[in-house]
Amino acid sequence: MNWRRLWAIVIKELRQMRRDRVTLAMIMAIPVIQLVLFGYAINTNLRGLATGVADQADTAGSRALVMDMLATGVVAPVAKADTPQELMAMIRAGKVSIGIVVPPDFERRRIDGRAVAQVLVDGSDTTVQGAAAQLAQVPIDSARPDTRAPLTSTPVAGRISVVAFYNPQRSSAVNIVPGLIGVILTMTMVLFTAIAIVRERERGNMELLIATPLTRSELMVGKVLPYVAIGLVQTSVILALGIWLFEVPIRGSVLDVYLASSLLILANLTLGLLISTRAQSQFQAMQMMIFVFLPSILLSGFMFPFAGMPRVVQWIAEALPLTHFLRLIRGVMLRGAGLWEMWGDVLALAVFTLAMMALAILRFRKRLD
Amino acid sequence: MTTDAGSVAIRARGLTRRFGKLVAVDHVDLEVPAKRVYGFLGPNGSGKSTTIRMLCGLLTPTDGEIEVLGLKIPAQADELRPHIGYMTQKFSLFEDLSVRENLEFLAAIQGVPKAKTKGRIDELIGQYHFGDRQQQLAGSMSGGQKQRLALACAVIHEPELLFLDEPTSAVDPESRRDFWEKLFELADNGTTLLVSTHLMDEAERCHRLAILDRGALVADGTPRELTAELDGRTFVVDTADPRAAQRALVDLPGVLGVAQVGNTLRVLVAEDIGDATQRLHKALATAGPKADVVPAPPSLEDVFVAATRKGDAHGERTA
Repeated sequence: MNWRRLWAIVIKELRQMRRDRVTLAMIMAIPVIQLVLFGYAINTNLRGLATGVADQADTAGSRALVMDMLATGVVAPVAKADTPQELMAMIRAGKVSIGIVVPPDFERRRIDGRAVAQVLVDGSDTTVQGAAAQLAQVPIDSARPDTRAPLTSTPVAGRISVVAFYNPQRSSAVNIVPGLIGVILTMTMVLFTAIAIVRERERGNMELLIATPLTRSELMVGKVLPYVAIGLVQTSVILALGIWLFEVPIRGSVLDVYLASSLLILANLTLGLLISTRAQSQFQAMQMMIFVFLPSILLSGFMFPFAGMPRVVQWIAEALPLTHFLRLIRGVMLRGAGLWEMWGDVLALAVFTLAMMALAILRFRKRLD
Repeated sequence: MTTDAGSVAIRARGLTRRFGKLVAVDHVDLEVPAKRVYGFLGPNGSGKSTTIRMLCGLLTPTDGEIEVLGLKIPAQADELRPHIGYMTQKFSLFEDLSVRENLEFLAAIQGVPKAKTKGRIDELIGQYHFGDRQQQLAGSMSGGQKQRLALACAVIHEPELLFLDEPTSAVDPESRRDFWEKLFELADNGTTLLVSTHLMDEAERCHRLAILDRGALVADGTPRELTAELDGRTFVVDTADPRAAQRALVDLPGVLGVAQVGNTLRVLVAEDIGDATQRLHKALATAGPKADVVPAPPSLEDVFVAATRKGDAHGERTA
């Protein structure tokens, strides 16, 4: 490794980047746009779901229960019905997503400790289902103490209260912003290096480069280094906006946040490099990048909980750098953990980086054939 | 690895390269003398670029042996790289870097000592007339300027051996003359140059020349040697109706080539045609147009036609 040649590649990349407006715009615009978009738009805590109510008991107690449910804000009453059948028809027609049924024997059931009400859910949308589950806790949680009945001596067994650690306001932004650092870095970093080698091949620069004493590792490392800096700039932008717009906490150390980000940046850059040595054109490189990006978003735990995935899918997810990064960054930013406490994921990212880099260097030939 | 005058810079035996079924280079034997301008003449697709790429270690030959500056290629390609410069056919510098930035980049990559880099770049900028365009982006320059810059970058580390793949194909005649001046300066200073071209006037300038046709080496020697072989076989036909005369001669047995040059025809005949003037006269008389047949000194173009037609005949025999 000749440091002067390595440095020459780094300087050249930075100079080219400075003159490439599209890339420059991408570096800043992607984090800002994505953060604002995801931060505000993705809200897994649904509010104001269209709801139909069939209160067949119509007693003081049942009315109080319905009011309690409505008071959560999760549901918004848009229709009244007399029978559960009517509600089901409404759900099928898509007029409401949720139906609340209070049976005529509500008072009796309450005393017996049986289910007092029923929540009908449009299960075709999984997030609505989640919201309904949240709603179903209301009657047990709040209807009982409110009954002021003498029979409350019944132990309040089965009472489930949900205590949300680390995100008590259930603000999605707090969960999403740390993950978004990972998603944005995965998207931009892989893309930058995926086209890095292919572009030079397409423009004819590669034939010149391979006829010089420049070694494979100098070229590869030189291509990666400038983008590490770019990645850290992006990380800073997302963090700053996250704190400013969404009051996302950093409970762990800021250094750990940057270390974790650097690990992901390196893993993604080297993955991009490997793609670049395989792809025949910039277009092909983009296609391959999407092939990696989609599973990263869907399987890493950014969108859906990792724990809920089948074993095989979890194995696939373990091979994605974003999965490990999400664990690290959520640990550091939300739980205040230290990186060393999650050394397994640190190791996974480091091994991934080294493997990708080695493969990229081996795959790259200083030959035209 | 120093090469004396009179020694050989490149030696290749049975050099062959196949791409699938296509034989791009077919058993080429080469000997390129040091400190001379050696030309590769041939039409597009004749294997010039493929041969150059194999000689500088960028392509692995399917068969054959190569020795460049005393090194076995491709095995010792890495050792060779610091000693060669390579100017690619397509402009391969960075269009989004300035003239000076391109030179700086190559100086570092080629290992020009740090202390000498600035001096060397200033020297090249002076020699190649970039004084007022140092900050201009390479992509915004004309074809001739780009070629000049490519040459300056290729010689920044003062290589012993310089490969130039059709360096002037996109350049106007004026720039081409300047460019060749530079090549001769380099040869005078001890650089061996291997230049591929499809232009006759460029080939004529080379100290020595190899003619490639469909991957095979069909002739080599100095331009004078090559033309001398054709003495007595080239004629100029002066006629009022050159088109009709051309029709009369083109299918005549023993006539290898008839080319119209202005109002005259240039005719090349085969060696064993006998009394050529007589036969040409006879053919023209029967066909009609009044014409004068005068022997003419052979040109390199005639050499090229003779060499490639020979290949044709050979091809027909083996087919």
